[in-house]
Amino acid sequence: MSIPFLLFFACAFISVLGAVLLIFAREPIHSALSLVLVMMSLAVLYLLLGAEFIAAVQIIVYAGAIMVLFVFVIMLLNAGFEERTDWSKIAKVVGLPFSFFLLLAIAHMLSRSDIGTVVANGAGAPSNDAVSTRALSAALFQQYLFPFEATSILILIAILGAWILGRKE
Amino acid sequence: MEFVTQHPVLVVSLIKIAVLLFIVMTALAYLTWFERKVVARIQSRWGPYYVGAHGLLQPLADGVKFLFKEDYTPPESDKFAYVLAPFLALSLALTAIALIPFGPPNVRLLGQSIFIVSNLDIGLLFLFAITSIGVYGVALAGWSSNSKYPLMGGIRSSAQMISYEVSLTISVVGVLLIAGTLNFNELIEGQRGYYLHFIPRWHVIPQIVGFLCYITAAIAETNRIPFDLPEAETELVAGFHTEYSSFKFAMFFMAEYANMITVSCLATILFFGGWLSPFPDSWTWQLYLPGAGLVLLSVYTAYDTVANLRGIARIQFAVVTLLALGIGVLCLIPAVMPVIQGPFWFTTKIILFLFFYVWTRGTLPRFRYDQLMSFGWKFLLPLSIANLVVTSFVLILPLLRHG
Repeated sequence: MSIPFLLFFACAFISVLGAVLLIFAREPIHSALSLVLVMMSLAVLYLLLGAEFIAAVQIIVYAGAIMVLFVFVIMLLNAGFEERTDWSKIAKVVGLPFSFFLLLAIAHMLSRSDIGTVVANGAGAPSNDAVSTRALSAALFQQYLFPFEATSILILIAILGAWILGRKE
Repeated sequence: MEFVTQHPVLVVSLIKIAVLLFIVMTALAYLTWFERKVVARIQSRWGPYYVGAHGLLQPLADGVKFLFKEDYTPPESDKFAYVLAPFLALSLALTAIALIPFGPPNVRLLGQSIFIVSNLDIGLLFLFAITSIGVYGVALAGWSSNSKYPLMGGIRSSAQMISYEVSLTISVVGVLLIAGTLNFNELIEGQRGYYLHFIPRWHVIPQIVGFLCYITAAIAETNRIPFDLPEAETELVAGFHTEYSSFKFAMFFMAEYANMITVSCLATILFFGGWLSPFPDSWTWQLYLPGAGLVLLSVYTAYDTVANLRGIARIQFAVVTLLALGIGVLCLIPAVMPVIQGPFWFTTKIILFLFFYVWTRGTLPRFRYDQLMSFGWKFLLPLSIANLVVTSFVLILPLLRHG
């Protein structure tokens, strides 16, 4: 049992735990904190894959910016406990069996593929050059410049939309 | 033992972390002493004086006091978040310091560089990642106390930290464009060399605007005067940590000081050449500076011991004198001299920055909340973006001219 191997299972367990807590917590802030936990453990998983830049950006953007805004808004609105309703019928009748089959399908695919052994041997992890910040920015600003700029404009439009909606008449 | 031989890096890192933790904790304690002494000096007071010679044992007394006070948890608070918040604040603040290189990487003991805990390729980004989560400590503390003033303090504080973090990050990008790396050691090595053979090639000279933006945003980011709105005592009692007592309060206190040290370290690394000496290598007398400085200090303390102090304070200060003299003489040993240079310059620069921090605290009044927000968004952010645009334009100019 190598340390990365143990770390992988610890982080995988924590991220699943965080996701479950996110759904079942009744206090909105606890849900938000659970989501932060998921993000952080995902960042560690990225680190294990050798993607340092993605890991850091995952923490900065998701845990450090987006979730802070969530927490901030929840605090500002002073939101109370969540109210619980009974599960909807569709979720009970269709959702549960369907998600069960989805899980089965994923498990089947994973058991047939050899991705586990490949990753365990360290062969699947991208080489350090491919995911270095320099290589990543070269790809982002040369090869994929147009999609990048298009995304930026989309985000700008979203900001303008939020501004227009939030403006006082 | 088998584990040690199998994972040498892990074990060595753990030892380095333990040593660094000890040093940082001591530094935090004496930073409070330093701050109180300097502010007292500015305000024509004595500052801590009675516990130990010149109040040198005051931090210890404060620590003991914090430990033995009643640890009260408000009954209506959210227990989990209430306990989590101070731990989060302190542990994140201390984690950030582990990324800082305190000396050159080529100083090695048993094959491990001794002044660097972790040498990440994305050091700076990782540091920003850690500090960006630091907001949670403050926000959660304010919210979980379930009380009016802490909540307002927490909201103010998170708003302020989010706002100024933008300027802080953008003001640093200019340096990154010049250096072309995120690794702290490469950032420092890139500042080697001299203009006109004696002015060091530090990034602060081309990036003076970026540096001013950085230092302003850094003061705001660490919630210090003149940006200490989160704990404005005339309005909010004590802001987000109003309901905290005993050691949990001390943890917030230590986190604030640890953050001060971190941003000072970052300013030193990015703009002031980190552990590089300000003097050219040909000036060999600079090798004697650390030892000579400490010996001079011991001469002063010896004079003070004999001339001014009486009773037990005299004995305590005699110990300080002997320590300074001993370490000073140790630094003059030829084998130790080159090793000590990096950490010496790094600490000197950090102390100067910390002095600057305390100095601003002693001099400037507090901003009003709307002034704070408009200053951050309408002045500091545009200025740092302008700095970024100008820097990138200057860097791209030769490429444009030569095709």
